[in-house]
Amino acid sequence: MSESTGGIDMDEESSGTVKKFAFINRKAPYGTIYALESLEVVLISAAFDQDVSLVFMDDGVYQLKKGQGTKAVGMKNFSPTYRALEGYDIEKLYVEKESLESRGLTEEDLIVDVEVLTAEEMATLMDEQDVVMSF
Amino acid sequence: MKFGILVNEGPYNHQAADTAYQFAKAAIDKGHEIHRVFFYHDGVNNASKLTEPPADDRNIVNRWSKMAEEHGVDLVVCVAAALRRGIVNENLASGFRISGLGQLVESGIQADRLVTFGD
Repeated sequence: MSESTGGIDMDEESSGTVKKFAFINRKAPYGTIYALESLEVVLISAAFDQDVSLVFMDDGVYQLKKGQGTKAVGMKNFSPTYRALEGYDIEKLYVEKESLESRGLTEEDLIVDVEVLTAEEMATLMDEQDVVMSF
Repeated sequence: MKFGILVNEGPYNHQAADTAYQFAKAAIDKGHEIHRVFFYHDGVNNASKLTEPPADDRNIVNRWSKMAEEHGVDLVVCVAAALRRGIVNENLASGFRISGLGQLVESGIQADRLVTFGD
């Protein structure tokens, strides 16, 4: 267990506390390492049994776009991992409507089921969180 | 108040590393507690003891080490991000330790506020 949770002993005081965590993904999947490293935090957080929400906005919406091919840039295509999140009990995925629309995308272009929220609704969602990490 | 701090940018190329330090210092001076400073992404470069800025510039790495020594602040460097960037125990500055991302999530749980520096 301590390996999957990054060296934290789950019997300590953290267990039992459930906070609302939101991970905000604002960056395109390739070109920088932010998206990949954000996904690593999300997967680790699953081991802590927290109430986790993932938010995709700005260029972060491209992380969920169908049909990614990364061979030409020599980077690993990690988009299938988003489809595996359900297996980690991470089921709350939110996409900002304005970010999608301004990039000419719709829900049908995305590899997973998401809830589309307006910027205003997104503000409310963020306001409800205990911990917000932006990547 | 108990603060967790997340530093996502490297020293000298981004204001975030400086601002994180100044925030932590101000919080300590005001009597708040720093639960942990977690270094992620290029933030892990804050921990390299091989860093040698010109003598007339601030020494960002030593500044963190001093904070750890004087105030017992827990400085944690993400192992996966560190290994990608060549930060290992051999070149880790004093006061820092290398550990997993669980330490970041735990800081989010334990602290009253988790504050992110870097965009």
